[in-house]
Amino acid sequence: MVSVVDQRKSKFNRYKNLRESSSGAHDSAIKPVQEYSVRNRIDDIADEGTFKEFKIEFPETDPLQFEGYVDKKDDLRAETDSHDAIIAGKCKIDGFPAVVAVMNKKFMMASMGIELGETVSYAVEYAEAHKLPLIIFTASGGARMQEGILSLMQMAKTSAVVEKFKQNGGLYIAVLTHPTTGGVSASFATLGDITLAEPGALIGFAGPRVIEQTIGEKLPDGFQRAEFLEEHGFVDEIVKREDMKQVLGKILKLHCVK
Amino acid sequence: MKAIERVNIARDKDRPKITDYINNVFTDFFQQKGDYLGKEDASIYGGIAMFHGRPVTVLGHRKGKNVEENVTCNFGMPGPEGYRKALRLMKQAEKFGRPIITFVDTPGAYPGLEAEMYGQAQAIAGNLAAMSTLKVPVISIVTGEGSSGGALGIAVANKVYMLENAIYSVLSPEGFASILWHDSARRDEAAEVMKLTAKDLLEFGVIDGIISERGVGLSVVDDADVANVYDRLFARIDKQIAAALAEFDGMKPEEIAKQRFEKFRKIDERFLDNESLAQMGNV
Repeated sequence: MVSVVDQRKSKFNRYKNLRESSSGAHDSAIKPVQEYSVRNRIDDIADEGTFKEFKIEFPETDPLQFEGYVDKKDDLRAETDSHDAIIAGKCKIDGFPAVVAVMNKKFMMASMGIELGETVSYAVEYAEAHKLPLIIFTASGGARMQEGILSLMQMAKTSAVVEKFKQNGGLYIAVLTHPTTGGVSASFATLGDITLAEPGALIGFAGPRVIEQTIGEKLPDGFQRAEFLEEHGFVDEIVKREDMKQVLGKILKLHCVK
Repeated sequence: MKAIERVNIARDKDRPKITDYINNVFTDFFQQKGDYLGKEDASIYGGIAMFHGRPVTVLGHRKGKNVEENVTCNFGMPGPEGYRKALRLMKQAEKFGRPIITFVDTPGAYPGLEAEMYGQAQAIAGNLAAMSTLKVPVISIVTGEGSSGGALGIAVANKVYMLENAIYSVLSPEGFASILWHDSARRDEAAEVMKLTAKDLLEFGVIDGIISERGVGLSVVDDADVANVYDRLFARIDKQIAAALAEFDGMKPEEIAKQRFEKFRKIDERFLDNESLAQMGNV
């Protein structure tokens, strides 16, 4: 008889395998490195030398005065070369100008607090003001718990800003990467005019463990993966990293935004 | 009072529920069901009603008042169909120029298999986006538990109020303690740290006001006095809604949408107050 613990373990391993096989690090001919960093991603999609990062100086945000939070962010800033869990800027892709934002899950699982929400909003508003298309590579564990209700409010803020941009004619391409969950999945990540996803990416509102605890059942193979979302009608296309630039270039061309 | 005591009061099964608010604050309620996409979700309850002589759309989370209702209403935890129904009702309110009143009381959006399959994330996001553009006034009142995106999904309002003993938070205190301390038993401490009471949220500038309860909930000691206490609560809610709606009388539809947009765009402004941000745009 297989114990519950063993079942959980085997499930964990299955997801672990999926994660590893979907990381793209091994099968990508473009980047023969183990880690696919935010900078790697930008290098892969932006025309050489065209990326200009938005330099925004943020005050320290710690609305709950949560113990250890600021120290943790400081440590991560040194490690990740990033002030919070997102890098945003403008670049050209196959000659087409665009605003691009990339979330960095190495920074507190790219959870969304005030600074991240404001950076997203800034990128959207910059794109709106300059009539540029907007591309966001999402990845997130959800809301930044350490910022309490203010992190929840980022969902409303970013959604409102994205909606205004779209209603004013802006093109928003969301690229869902592993994992995109919680408050980010339930706000700007799923509001794209066009939604792409990376193979095997976990995408959902609730995490698999929470769902299993709630329903008391094992989840089926491939549940909440990009392919599952495609099958259920929430993703236009699943795109591998090595094809990403070409696909984005084509979508930009189809919107005549050169 | 400790934060965790508020949490317990907010969750009290005997606390007034959406059906009580609708029956006592509005008249001529006509219930509307279904998302018109293939599903009905009883955890979102709503329809059209009269308020001070004008039609309004009223909706909110429904937990149910007994075990049978709790099960039918999934304990107030909507699936995507619930959020889509809410959106259908709100878009219809906009079409007919009706103000929208929402009552928030949920442990969160349902973390279930089907909910995920049919797009829980996309349904909530869709509501946040669409609500930000509605051209009629939206008034939200958090009456019990305002937990997570499941609460916010019907609370992108021009004016947001909380009952004195309601809570509004990014997650339940148990979930918060579990994620940050790997120990859900530290819920009391979490409730304190999270700053989830009406007073906390008013100080953050996230809500616009607190509606006094004066006893409603666990602290009602004398059964004979319950009806009286409740009637006074309903009267205060009535007064607050009327006052809030009056602020939007004579405002153009676009101005109403703009006020709501600005409210959420700047909801964290006090935490971002610096010169660099003021000069944004000069990349």
